[in-house]
Order: sequence, then C-alpha cells, then structure tokens
Amino acid sequence: MAEAVDYKQIGNRPIRPDGVDKVTGRARFGADLVLPNMIHGKVLRSPHAHARIKQVDVSKALAMPGVYAAVSGGDFPAIDSGDVVDLAKNIMARDKVLYHGHAVAAVAAATPALANAALEAIEVDYEVLSPVLDVVAAMDPGAVLVDENNYTNLPEKPEKPSNIANVGKLVRGNIEEGFELADFVIEREYKVPMAHQGYIEPHACVANVDETGRGSVWCCTQGHFEFRAATAKLLGKDLADLKFIASEIGGGFGGKTVVYLEPVAALLSEKAGRPVKMQMSREEVFRATGPSSGTVTRVKVGFKNDGTITAAETWAAFEAGAFAGAPHMPGIMAIYSPYEIENFVVEAFDVLVNKPKVAAYRAPGAPQTMHAFECALDEAALRLDMDPLDLRMHNAADEGTQAPYGPKFPAIGFKACIEAAKNHPNYTKPVPEGAGRGVAAGFWFNIGMQSSAEVNINENGSVMVIEGNPDIGGSRASMAMMAAETLGVEYDNVRAQVGDTESTGFCNVTGGSRTTFATGMAVVQACEDVIAQCKQRAAKTWGVDDDQVDWQDGQAVPMPGVNADVKPLSLADIAGNAAKTGGPIQGRASLNAQGAGASFSINFADLKVDRETGKVDVLNFTAVQDAGKAIHPSYVEGQMQGGAAQGIGWALNEEYIFDDNGVLENPGFLDYRIPVASDLPMIDTVIVEVPNPSHPFGVRGVGETPIVAPLAACSNAVSRALDQRLTDLPLSPPNIIAALDE
Amino acid sequence: MAKIIMPDSFLAVTQGEHEIQVQVENYRELVTELTRKWPDLADLLSNTAVAIDGEIFQDPFLEPIGDQSEVYFMARIEGG
Repeated sequence: MAEAVDYKQIGNRPIRPDGVDKVTGRARFGADLVLPNMIHGKVLRSPHAHARIKQVDVSKALAMPGVYAAVSGGDFPAIDSGDVVDLAKNIMARDKVLYHGHAVAAVAAATPALANAALEAIEVDYEVLSPVLDVVAAMDPGAVLVDENNYTNLPEKPEKPSNIANVGKLVRGNIEEGFELADFVIEREYKVPMAHQGYIEPHACVANVDETGRGSVWCCTQGHFEFRAATAKLLGKDLADLKFIASEIGGGFGGKTVVYLEPVAALLSEKAGRPVKMQMSREEVFRATGPSSGTVTRVKVGFKNDGTITAAETWAAFEAGAFAGAPHMPGIMAIYSPYEIENFVVEAFDVLVNKPKVAAYRAPGAPQTMHAFECALDEAALRLDMDPLDLRMHNAADEGTQAPYGPKFPAIGFKACIEAAKNHPNYTKPVPEGAGRGVAAGFWFNIGMQSSAEVNINENGSVMVIEGNPDIGGSRASMAMMAAETLGVEYDNVRAQVGDTESTGFCNVTGGSRTTFATGMAVVQACEDVIAQCKQRAAKTWGVDDDQVDWQDGQAVPMPGVNADVKPLSLADIAGNAAKTGGPIQGRASLNAQGAGASFSINFADLKVDRETGKVDVLNFTAVQDAGKAIHPSYVEGQMQGGAAQGIGWALNEEYIFDDNGVLENPGFLDYRIPVASDLPMIDTVIVEVPNPSHPFGVRGVGETPIVAPLAACSNAVSRALDQRLTDLPLSPPNIIAALDE
Repeated sequence: MAKIIMPDSFLAVTQGEHEIQVQVENYRELVTELTRKWPDLADLLSNTAVAIDGEIFQDPFLEPIGDQSEVYFMARIEGG
C-alpha cells in the first residue's frame, strides 16, 4: 500500500453544505420551480405492451377550454439517423408502442386536472400485437419481433431480423484444456430480475421556450449538458438556443442520465407560448423510465482441489427493454475481473423485449453477471471446505494481473480488501446460530471523461468553485475540500456551486463514479492556475521575478535566499490588491480525465431465514471497498451503505412483475418493495485506501462498486443458511417458500 | 514494435488476426495503420476505448505508443 499523505483538508468530515436546505425543505428540486403563467403537461401512455399505432387524434383534447397544446409522435422532427434515433421513439412513440406505459401523446393545460381530462379526450387506434417478455424465448429465431428492422449487429449483416441487438464475447487461453485440468466443475443457471433504481424524486422539469424557439429547461438530471444536447437533437434545435439548469436532485443512480420529459415539455411550451411543468407520478416512473436489465446467466467454472480456478465459461442474456442498449459489455468485462484466470470464455447478448428500455443503474451489468460467478465460487468453497475469502485470495488479481478485458492492472486494492474483511470483528466472530454467512466480491472500472471547473477568488480572498456536475453524492463538499487542500486555505473559506449550461464549461454526466475523480482533477488544476496567478501578483507587489515566489499554506512567500524584505501575502492580501496587479483572479481548467482507477470490494453478511414464512433477516452486513483516497469519508461510507442497501433490496425483494400481457403489476413502493430502515442493520464499512496514482489525491471513485457484491453476498448467505443453493433472485418470501417446497 | 491485441469483435474484420506488431508513435498513427490494412475497422475504432500500457483512454487521439507498448481495444465504459 502507498504511503499515507498528511493532508489538512482531505479526509476531514465537514457538514454537508446542502444539508440544512434539504432537511428543512428549502432545497429546490425538479418540481419546485414555479413561473408566471406556467401551465401543466401530462403524458398519455400506452395501455398495451406491443401494438401498432394506426392513428392518434388529439383534436378533441386541443379543443377543450384551458388546453393550450397537444402533441404526438408526428409533431416531433423525424429522426432516422444518428445517435438519438431510438431515444426519439422512446420519448414519444411513432408507429408502434413497445412497452406498457410508452408515451403516445402529451398535452399542456392550465391545471393538472384539466391536463388529465384532456388526455382522456385523445383518441388512439391500436392494432394489438403479442408481447415479447421472456429474454431467452426472445432469442429464438422464430420469436415475435419487437422491432422488425433490428438485425444483430455483426460484421456481416444477418439475413433475417432478430430480437438480439448485440453480442459481446471475451476469450482467453484454451477453455477445453482448462476444464481438463479441473478436479471438479460447478455449473448452474442464475436469474436476476429487472429492478429499478428507486430514486426518491420522480422525474420533473419546467420548460420555458419562447416564440423564437429559444428557452430554458429546469430539471432534475445527472447531466444538464447532455440533457441539453439530447433535447436539441430531438427537437432539431441549435444547442445554443437551449439553457439547461440542474435543480437539486433526489437520487439518480444512472436513471437520470436519460431524457424523458424534457423534450416533450420544451415542445409543449413552444407550442403553448407558456412555461410548462411536467412531473411523473411514481407509477409513471416505474412503467416508463429505465430500470436495470433482467438477466439469465449460465456459469461453468472448473477448480483444482487447492482452489485454483482452471477455467470459466459464461453465457448471459440481458434484457434491453424496447430498444438496444443493455449493459452486456461491462457485464462480461467485469465478471472475472477480481481474479486471475488463464482460460475463460464469456459471451453476452443484448436482447429486445417489450419492457421499458433499460437505463444505467450503478455499475450497470456487473451486479448481474458477478452474482452468478460469485455464487459459483461460494459453492466451490463449500465443496472444498475452504474459507470463501481464502478461496478468493488464492485466485485474486493484483498489480500486473491481466484484466479479462485486456490491460494489466496497475496498483489495485483487491487483496487489501480481502485482508481487511478477514480481520474484521464481524468476520472473526462466529456465525449466529441458524444464520448463514455470505461473502462476495465486487468490481467496477470507474471512468474519467470530460469536466470543467472555474475557481474565482472573491475580493476578500474567499473562494468560489463553479463546476458543471449536478451534486448527487456530495460533490460540492468534496470539490470545496480539494480546492481548499490545493490552495492551502480552510474549507470554510471555500464555496462550491453547480453552474448551468451557460455559466460554466462542459461536463459529462455525474455518473460512472467519475465526478470526484475527473471534476475533482479539473478543480485541482483550476486552483493550480490560481496559485500561478497569485505568485505572479506577489512578484509584482514585491518587485521580484515570478520564479522567486513560492506558495505555502495559502500564502505567497519569497523563495529561500531571495533578498527581499517582504511579508508573506495571503489569498486575501492578494485579492484585496488585485485591482492594482492585474484585475480579478480566476483559475480555469477543462480536461478529458484519463487514468481512472478500478475499485474492488468485499462484502460479507449474516442472514437468517424463517423457514415457515420465507422472511429473510439481515443480521449484519459489512462492506469493504478500496476508494483510492476518501476525500470526505462520510460521503464514501454513505455511498457504500447506499449501494449495499440497494443491492440487498435487489437480492431479497425487488423485482418487476409483469403479467402475460406485459403489464407491470407492481408499479409502486407498496408492491415493489425496496428496503426501509427497519429492514436493515447498521451497514458497517471499511474504507481501504490504495491510492490511484493518476489522481492528485489518489481518488478512484466509489459510487458504482458498492452495489455489485451484495446480490451474491445475500444469495450465498441464504443458501448457506438453508443448506440449499438458491439461484434466482429475489430471495423474497414466496420464492424461498417455493424453493423449499421443491 | 508495439504489440496490438485485437478484441474478439474485431476478428471478423481482421480475418482472425488476433495480434499484430506495428511501429507507430501515437494512437492516431495506429488508427491510420490499422485502417490502411483493414478499411472496415474504421467504424469499430470510432466507438472503442483503448488501453495503452494499462492506462485506459475513452477518447484516444494522440496518446503516445512506445516500442514496447501493449495496446488493447475495449468497449467504452459508462456507468450509473
């Protein structure tokens, strides 16, 4: 492990700057903006999972008093090429509806009640088709087609269309020889259901577009720059004609990286000549926004009697929903990443079904595939009578291991995570009577991408950081801390805010565990720009050369040996004299961050099952993760606990339940059961810090990895508690009872 | 010469050639070299991330490639 660095700000736990506003209700979320003359938009949604639209007639709705605008697919620009073809059809159906809840038309009226009444006046003539609901059956060459124009994306175009949109495959070594070396083989099929991110705030926006076609959109989003780009493309507008402002956001987890309402609200606003507010109900969120892929994964793993993995073979089918784009590639790239395996094959399919188009959900694709592999490892550990952590350590990837997706890992913290778990008091204590202890590993690549930041020095020397990433997980605090550390000033002297698309440089979405890494790097560079300018200002003030000034502890000081009778100049001194030395001081940086560091985790938990009711109790849960460096440890722990809670929910209760017609039967939190506080113990966390050498403070990114391991950790715990291998999630009471009755 | 390893998804275009050695100074030169040999690779390369000596670049352009470099192409990663 790298040497610890003695930081002054990094690693502290200041109170979050947005906390008071959020707990008092002052914070303004997507639905909180009210504008003069604002009206209300509503969406008419398909009652069928698969149907041809023969006609949509909005004329009766438009004729109603108080109704200002009505649109259907034909009112949007026709888009038949480029990267938003599917998105255009998803925000408003054109010729076919492809899932129950698919948007068919929309209205804007004086009140929400009038808008709802207007929806009832819209006439739609459907030709109902058979829905495609089972991912494996959908792959059959004779299956009903979700999209008659979908051909599997292969180097040579297939002769016939198919529901398989994409195929991914990774191969290494010789799989047959690998299995020949094995003393035994574990082989099973595992299922993970479609599940929703469960963010608390439904999608909402207010669009205000004037008669010239220019305007602004206020919305809850993980990336207002990318929302602007998508909306402009979908409406055929110039990017510069739209300003997007990110509201506070009540959770996203990947689900708010996609536009649904914003282009519709903007078009309605332009037609109505008034601001239009749109917000989804919880039911609409479930029916019409992107959940994670449901998957079927078949795993075959060969082991030697000392625990060495000799070969691994995986086949996985990912539900894409109505349009291509399941996270099958990250799923297959992640599955073996924690381990050194010489012989493997992994193949995955991106399959269209008549369900909502999937969206990213924390570490997209990895929880599903890694659930299968980590369960197979647990079964092997039981067979070998080997500690499951020892089995993982025996095969663990380390610095120099060739990742399954190609490159050799630089310094990584997987072994350090295993060691920390092995020594944790929750692991060294006996398993509670009647419970099972489950262990699993997690992994995510982490990413960089583009970020910008500006750092303005106020007249009194206080610091304002402006960045373009919506603050979902505490980025304003972490940006301010990194700025304070770089500048050598106190955290309380720094404020951070999220700029709109007209007031700061481009930033990719807040997602992929990239913001603290990439935008943090931009903030550090912008601060270094400020320091360089401050040194120049001090040099001018003192009448010395620029290179005779150093920056220490937030002050300009003369370099050793400089013969000048001067006192150090603080940021406040320099800012106060800025008018004489060159004007206001502003640092800027824009970058495409490279060098994101992979993050590994180990989770373990003790779970107890009531055999009569099938109810599962989580007695304790411990999450160990390599963060590289925790800028604000409380936020890192919060990410780990939040990911664990979501993963436990996915493992134990959460699932989309469709009827035979493709209608979601549980579109609300009463029937789609996410964990509540009383369902969970305190989730214990251990932050391992193996610094990422590519980041100034060693950051790796922490948001994705925490959801990966809980699925298998819970599954393994329940299987051990019951002494029976359960392969299909969720491990809900009815499913457990059914498994026990088999 | 740098070692360039093709992913499975490229093999249909490269006629099964899994690994080649090339003398280039940066990623742009590598793309020029590969598309000269296999013109159909251009589309695949435009949507691909690359790992050069273990460091992953989502939007590669002028990254240096040395004589002893190992280059892997891989799917772009996004996230939630």
